[in-house]
Amino acid sequence: MTTLQLENLRKQFAPDVIPVKDISLSVEDGEFLTLLGPSGCGKSTLLRLIAGLEQPTAGAVKIGGNVLNDIAPGDRNMAMVFQSYALYPHMNVSENISTSLRLKNVPQEEIKRRIANVSEKLGLGHLLNRKPSALSGGQRQRVALARALVRDPEVFLLDEPLSNLDALLREQVRQELKELFKSQNKPVVYVTHDQTEAMTLSSKVAVLLDGIIQQLDPPRRIYTHPANKFVAGFVGSPQMNLLTLNCNQNKAILGDYGFPLPQKGQSAKMIDMGLRPEDIHIATPEDELTVEGHVFLEENFGREVLLSVKVKGSDQTLRALIPPDDEWDNENIKLGWSHRQMHWFDAQSGERIEAADSPVLAS
Amino acid sequence: MAVAQQPQEQQTQSKIPTKRIILWLGVISLLVFCLAPALWQLLTSFKTNDAIATIPTIYFPNLSELTFNHYITLGWNFLRYVFNSALVSVISTVICLGVGAPAAYTLARLNIPGKQIILSCVLVVSLFPYVLLFLGLLELVKYFGLGNNYISLIIPYTAINLPLTILVLRSFFLQLPKDLEDSAKIDGYRTVPMLLQIVLPLTLPALVTTGMLAFIFAWNEFIFALTFITKDEMLTIPVKVAQIGGASVYEIPYGPIAAATVLGTIPLILLVLFFQRRIVQGITAGAVKG
Ligand SMILES: Nc1ncnc2c1ncn2[C@@H]1O[C@H](COP(=O)(O)OP(=O)(O)OP(=O)(O)O)[C@@H](O)[C@H]1O
Ligand SMILES: [Mg+2]
Repeated sequence: MTTLQLENLRKQFAPDVIPVKDISLSVEDGEFLTLLGPSGCGKSTLLRLIAGLEQPTAGAVKIGGNVLNDIAPGDRNMAMVFQSYALYPHMNVSENISTSLRLKNVPQEEIKRRIANVSEKLGLGHLLNRKPSALSGGQRQRVALARALVRDPEVFLLDEPLSNLDALLREQVRQELKELFKSQNKPVVYVTHDQTEAMTLSSKVAVLLDGIIQQLDPPRRIYTHPANKFVAGFVGSPQMNLLTLNCNQNKAILGDYGFPLPQKGQSAKMIDMGLRPEDIHIATPEDELTVEGHVFLEENFGREVLLSVKVKGSDQTLRALIPPDDEWDNENIKLGWSHRQMHWFDAQSGERIEAADSPVLAS
Repeated sequence: MAVAQQPQEQQTQSKIPTKRIILWLGVISLLVFCLAPALWQLLTSFKTNDAIATIPTIYFPNLSELTFNHYITLGWNFLRYVFNSALVSVISTVICLGVGAPAAYTLARLNIPGKQIILSCVLVVSLFPYVLLFLGLLELVKYFGLGNNYISLIIPYTAINLPLTILVLRSFFLQLPKDLEDSAKIDGYRTVPMLLQIVLPLTLPALVTTGMLAFIFAWNEFIFALTFITKDEMLTIPVKVAQIGGASVYEIPYGPIAAATVLGTIPLILLVLFFQRRIVQGITAGAVKG
């Protein structure tokens, strides 16, 4: 039983470069934690701190309660897959895979057995004698994975391992990864800026911005209950509609329409409303909330059409994902949604405001 | 597809001859331009003295005008000078790489205070015309009593080659993916084995290139070798060649000089040809990305 724990981890490169500010979290055996965030938010730095490639300015990395800060990366028994794969170009595939075992003086037969084992699992059997330069991108990625798996480490660290693959291959490898790591039953920390990967692979997602965890929750909850405006806008594609609205007695005003505020007695002048495009549909008579407007942009994704709608009486835009067989009038479209699907955020702090009547789901 | 390609093929076919001709003309004129002096020496070294002196010049000598005599007059003694040159050049090159590579790595990878200043110093030194150091060095050699000692050549050669070596190797290290070293650390390499087993093999092409430049400089250097070494059995090739004299002041022994030049150049050529194969272009290909 291993638990990877980070306690108040901080990394400061220069007075104004602090990619990791104060991060605490823990990952258990079999848990798949994804660090999700935009480019430059400190994901790789955090991973390198865990691996020991960078020394934290403050805080601690622990495995099973033991502080690892002073232990060299090679002795931490963690395997890391790099974004660039970082295969040794002058060694062939089997040497690349077995380097760490050879350095740990694992007996020769054992090494052979493990290479055979892992290369069979990843379909690398016929490539063992090739140099990395003679491999395709996908094959290199597998070798990099094999190099991590063969060590049977206590913790797996992966830094955007799929970002160099093309879209189709990425989808396929994603599924394989999921099964692969399920069978390993070890803590996995996975870095990505691709929300699809984060949503499909992980058991927990940590959304990072500016070196701070914005939200740490299972993927489903990140989607349904974004903790703040940033998470709401970052997770979900197409992006959530985020509108800053004026408030007027218990109502948020959008053009000619008013929506009941999430909490009674709200005193703020402004509030941010969030509404996912996929939650909006062509209004039916039963809809509690509707707006009218005109379509000024239509983007066809095949399965759905993304309509950009100017709401009547306002210059704000709502984007709605509509099935293409639905019928609508571009000049005067009526959109509807339900209360439950609205998200509210404090206009100043960006924090989520829970609607008073909606039960707070325990995750 | 086939239909679309046909006109293209015809076009390229009709273009190839003119392109080829221009290419080969260019190659040949460049070769002649670069190699003419060397070929001239080679030719002279095999011509008899009479043939050398004949005017108009004989470009294509017949058998009776060819001889090995110039090489024979040089004798086995000449190997002594080849040895001197080789010793001085090899040692100074090895030291140069041995000191320069770690320095370059440090300057590329580590955050040391004053790094920019050190770098600009290195750059300035490498721009300095080395002949200007000559008088100062002469004083130093006298002061330390290093005259007629190989060290008096090895040290300056190393020092002169170091700045360029450091700059070239540093830029090479800079473009070496850092992930490789991180990956090695995670695999459990300690710093020194990592440098020797992961970084060094990848650096070989750059080491060979800079090493070759350093070697050629040391092999051909003349002024220092002329002044710091006076004992005949310690002379290097360039100095020895210049000292080959005739029976009288008025006689210039073109034949033996040419032969000596050729002999002195052959090791260099062999070296370059040998190491050229080691400079495998793009050895880091496949290390990163897809
Ligand atoms: N060694 C370093 N010295 C100084 N600043 C650094 C260093 N390493 C990273 N940084 C800075 O820290 C910030 C975070 O970098 P990091 O590599 O962690 O981003 P990331 O989230 O992994 O981004 P990406 O998705 O593009 O890989 C960046 O602004 C970067 O410039
Ligand atoms: Mg990164």
